[in-house]
Amino acid sequence: MTEPLLKMRGVKIEGRSDEMWNPIINGVDLTLARGEVLGLIGESGAGKSTLGLAAMGYTRDGVRISDGTIEFDGIDLLTASAAVKRELLGKRIAYVAQSAAASFNPAHRLIDQHVEGPSQHGVMSRAESEADGMELYRKLRLPNPDEIGFRYPHQVSGGQLQRAMTAMAMSCRPDLIVFDEPTTALDVTTQIEVLSAIRDIVDQFGTAAIYITHDLAVVAQMADRIKVLLKGDEVETADTRTMLDAPTQEYTKSLWAVRSFERPAKPAIATGAVPVVSVQNVDAAYGTTPVLHDVSFDMHEGRTVAVVGESGSGKSTTARCITGLLPPTSGQILLDGEALPASYKKRSKDQLRQVQMIYQMADTALNPRMSIGQIIARPVQFYLGLTGAAKRKRVDQLLEQIELEPSEYYNRLPSELSGGQKQRVGIARALAAEPKFIICDEVTSALDQLVAEGILRLLAKLQDDLSLSYMFITHDLATVRAIADEVVVMKDGRVVEQGPKADMFTPPHHAYTDLLLSSVPEMDPDWLTNLLKERGVDNVGDAAVDKM
Amino acid sequence: MDNVLKIIMQRLALGLLTLLIVSVVIFVAVNMLPGDFAQAILGQGATEESVAAIRRDLGLDQPMITRYFDWLGGVVQGDFGASFASANAASFSGTTSGVKTVAQQIGPRFANTMFLAAVTAVIAVPLAVTLGILAALYRNSVFDRAANIFTLTSISSPEFFLAYVLILFLAVLNPIFPSLSNIYDGMAFSERLNKSMLPALVLTLVVTAHMMRMTRAAIINLLASPYIEMARLKGMSPMRVIVKHALPNALAPIINVVALNLAYLITGVVVVEVVFVYPGIGQLFVDSVKTRDIPVVQACCLIFAAAYILLNLTADIMSILSNPRLRHPK
Amino acid sequence: MILWIAAVLIGMGALAWVFRFAGQAATGNAPKFRDMPFGVAYGYVLAALVVGWLIWAYFQGRSSDPAIANKFFFLRIGIEGFIIFAIAAWLFRLAGRRVGTAWSRKMFRAMPLTAAFGVMIILIYAILAIFAGLLAPYGQEQIIPGVAANITPGGDPALGGNLDFPLGTDQIGRDILSRLIYGAQNTVGIAFATTLLAFFLGGTLGFLAATFGGWLDQVLSRMVDVLMAIPSLIFALLLMTIASVWAPRLGIPLTVFMVIIIAVIDSTRVFRLSRAVGQNIVVMDYIEAAKLRGEGFGYIIFKEILPNATAPLLAEFGLRFCFVFLTIAALSFLGVGIQPPLADWGTMVRDLSGFVNYAQFAPMAATAPLLAAGAIALLTVAVNFVVDWMLHKSSGLKE
Repeated sequence: MTEPLLKMRGVKIEGRSDEMWNPIINGVDLTLARGEVLGLIGESGAGKSTLGLAAMGYTRDGVRISDGTIEFDGIDLLTASAAVKRELLGKRIAYVAQSAAASFNPAHRLIDQHVEGPSQHGVMSRAESEADGMELYRKLRLPNPDEIGFRYPHQVSGGQLQRAMTAMAMSCRPDLIVFDEPTTALDVTTQIEVLSAIRDIVDQFGTAAIYITHDLAVVAQMADRIKVLLKGDEVETADTRTMLDAPTQEYTKSLWAVRSFERPAKPAIATGAVPVVSVQNVDAAYGTTPVLHDVSFDMHEGRTVAVVGESGSGKSTTARCITGLLPPTSGQILLDGEALPASYKKRSKDQLRQVQMIYQMADTALNPRMSIGQIIARPVQFYLGLTGAAKRKRVDQLLEQIELEPSEYYNRLPSELSGGQKQRVGIARALAAEPKFIICDEVTSALDQLVAEGILRLLAKLQDDLSLSYMFITHDLATVRAIADEVVVMKDGRVVEQGPKADMFTPPHHAYTDLLLSSVPEMDPDWLTNLLKERGVDNVGDAAVDKM
Repeated sequence: MDNVLKIIMQRLALGLLTLLIVSVVIFVAVNMLPGDFAQAILGQGATEESVAAIRRDLGLDQPMITRYFDWLGGVVQGDFGASFASANAASFSGTTSGVKTVAQQIGPRFANTMFLAAVTAVIAVPLAVTLGILAALYRNSVFDRAANIFTLTSISSPEFFLAYVLILFLAVLNPIFPSLSNIYDGMAFSERLNKSMLPALVLTLVVTAHMMRMTRAAIINLLASPYIEMARLKGMSPMRVIVKHALPNALAPIINVVALNLAYLITGVVVVEVVFVYPGIGQLFVDSVKTRDIPVVQACCLIFAAAYILLNLTADIMSILSNPRLRHPK
Repeated sequence: MILWIAAVLIGMGALAWVFRFAGQAATGNAPKFRDMPFGVAYGYVLAALVVGWLIWAYFQGRSSDPAIANKFFFLRIGIEGFIIFAIAAWLFRLAGRRVGTAWSRKMFRAMPLTAAFGVMIILIYAILAIFAGLLAPYGQEQIIPGVAANITPGGDPALGGNLDFPLGTDQIGRDILSRLIYGAQNTVGIAFATTLLAFFLGGTLGFLAATFGGWLDQVLSRMVDVLMAIPSLIFALLLMTIASVWAPRLGIPLTVFMVIIIAVIDSTRVFRLSRAVGQNIVVMDYIEAAKLRGEGFGYIIFKEILPNATAPLLAEFGLRFCFVFLTIAALSFLGVGIQPPLADWGTMVRDLSGFVNYAQFAPMAATAPLLAAGAIALLTVAVNFVVDWMLHKSSGLKE
């Protein structure tokens, strides 16, 4: 057997916080053969980025490799001098960062940053490398490959930048590229083109790669082998197909199972039923820029309407119109068939109580200086006028509803809670008002999959118990599948399509809905290949959207 | 480019407007004085007629708005009016030829102050920027910590404390520089430099400390950017990372820091000039404050404010010019 | 001279090279020396030379030859002072870790030495200021009958001192020690009151502007912009000129005007900060949640915004205090600040400054003005050290 390209043995990494060294990675082994793509997945805090950088012999400030060996092609990266490591980095090991917009130097043109590696490492002359760069841009299917390199980073869109960065990583034809969540910040339709471009070019040059992501479906498309990390420990490593078909560890199985959560379909809405909240022909604008055009849809008791769309489609703006933060320029919002005043300032206490909101970032949604008890007690006192023991009793009841032990959590501060627990407190605060209708704004998108799953189940249970009506804003179609009864698809401030979930997930439907749905990666490792075959390589991402 | 030009013109107009409003504030403040200039010039023992005569001469019987525009019109042409002190002297001698205008009084002193500021800037700016970059590169090292303590101390110390400490060591115990900066016209440059050295050093200490801390903060902020990490991961040498990747982006914050601190010099210069009896505009200002020579106070105040606004404006415009997003619009 | 400096610089370069090479050889090419840039090695050599020179200078200061000893007297005092303060701060921190509540013990445990030094000095000043009347041996305006003016500090009769007046007397025979202690009360007290007033003004308006936004924010911000376009010391001097004419006519002490003038000028900076802090908090979702709940502005400002603004505001209070304190000292030094006969450090520096020129022959005499100026510097340094630590701590928590 030939010698592997990268060999990491018993690597331990520590990070410094509170004047102490705390473990991040507790002894992980990793082997990578030439030309092999290894997927590294795990939740946030699993240490996957740290491990990826360590594979390059690099640690960030305040992080150190405390034990183990890292060998790249026979060179020991931990004992190599700075000069030897510099000679490897960029030339034989390259890196593609999560945010291309931040990782390109704003002061230089793309092509100048592209040629820096080859010319400094003496691989190619400047002119050769420039020509090669354009060739790479063409291979990565960037528009105007001969011209795009002369732009500055801020003049190029996110998905294109990410491909330009892949080209830059390729500039010296390295043996290994570390991809650190390269598509996480992108919309689904853009993600596809970046994924397919990366996969093709890695294939073409036979480059080995470590592909870091938290998205199982993405890693299924990209990797030959998958390694699962949990809190700095390896859970299991296996061939992609083996891993997907027959995971051996409980944790891996639970990750896979998340995808299968789906609520049973509810009976159709009775004709003539008055919707809890009805959005009618709403137009809205920020200043003079119009953002919403004639948006209308209804939300009924005990049901969930999922509003989906990519960033900038007007989902959150619609929510702001419903809550009254952004009074619509025309159209109206009805609550139980009665028109609500446009601005929240003019609404009565009871009208305010009926419409509650749960936010995406639990960190900014809870006052860090108030205890959990105080946060939940405030609406109880404010709307229902309960005080003293009655108030405490109600808060305890609410804490039990969100599955947090009252005696333990009542006096804690938000900073002492995990992300999922904070989100639960946000739910309890909304419930405390005893509303009919709750807007959930991307409530699970900042959470890890297992935790998000718990939140979705909790919301579903609360809906059944209390006949709540939800407006569920999300860009994640798996979430839609799991929880929605009706779906509203938005694009550029307009409702493109709406209807019951079952209809939405069965063709035929509006072309954009189709594009959006088909762009969501699936767990099938052949999904991307099949999709590209179906659509043709030039018909993904921005190109496809533009054709509409 | 048009875009940038437009923004810069906007800033310039805004700066001019601010200066105009500041002049109103100064004028109104001075006019809150009880009595008026005529009485102040002639003193308590003046007769009604002579006060009235002077009032007419100086246009003090006009309404305030008229007087403001008269004053402003004069200022624009470099005429700040007549100084009380010299007007007083002139009224005793009975001639008007001895009356020194405020502009005549301020002119040479303004040049002296500019000289002092320039000497300070020449020493302080390169020193502070170099030290700031070094402290950022070797942050949390012994050097950085020592520099932190040193700069905090020198920022916290009143200018006169630093001045006397320097006089003590560099003038009294080791007579290297003179402790009095008696500068006059027609002095040789080297002697002038020698005599201005101690005040310049005091200002350098204070300004360098501020500038260095701000440069350090700006560079640290910059070095944390993902594109710096990217450059390191491309195997670029530390020198190249700094020169090619950090500096072009650091220029804006550093220029900003420099301009802000030169603006700070304006305040510092007052106390330092008094300690060293340096014949600059700061000392004139303090003297006029004590003798209540209002036209001079008013003029000095306006000049200080103008310099301050100008420097802040420069900082603003420089950072606009060095922003690639504005220079290369989409 | 220039050649000489060049020779030293090159010599140091050679030393640095030797140092690095020796380090590599001695440690078997350990990474620390192997990857050490030349500049760093140079820095080590430079630091070694400076420390060496300081030690040499210190022993010169202890020389038996009075001419040499006098010349290095202040360096010696400085070095001794530095060491004594460092040890005192260390002991203070040690004590803080042992006694007090669990909270204060925990705080002391995480405290760097500079911050411990700062806290110690601030406590000492506070005690001096509060109990000045009990601690000072004489009154601040008291001209002691039968005692000569200009007694040298140090209490050594051979050098013109007097043990009853350990820090000597000033030109008209007032006890300098007593005046220094009363100075703590006057200067620090007035600065503290001014800062409080500035915070009350600037903080209230700043949070109102941040919460309400709209035209109120526009009007206030533009006003503040204009006021901030005039350098603060210059503006203060201008207004003090006017106030000095009004004060006797209205029968109000000039000091009251000074407090108001400086507070107003400084409140502009407080306004800027509290507005910025407020705006950062106002965009938080929990504020939106409170608004949508229908809460009033009082609840939002006092329960939701203020508790989250205390940390940056407290740090700003320290910085503003230093600034106000230095402005007042500068005004007094220039003769338009705190008025005699109140004892005040700025005024004392100006009155005693002439003594600096005797340093070569009677170093003790020169300490008098430096003591007053040093008293100002020491407090601001102390406050700044504490603020620096607080800022560092709060920024560290975010990471």
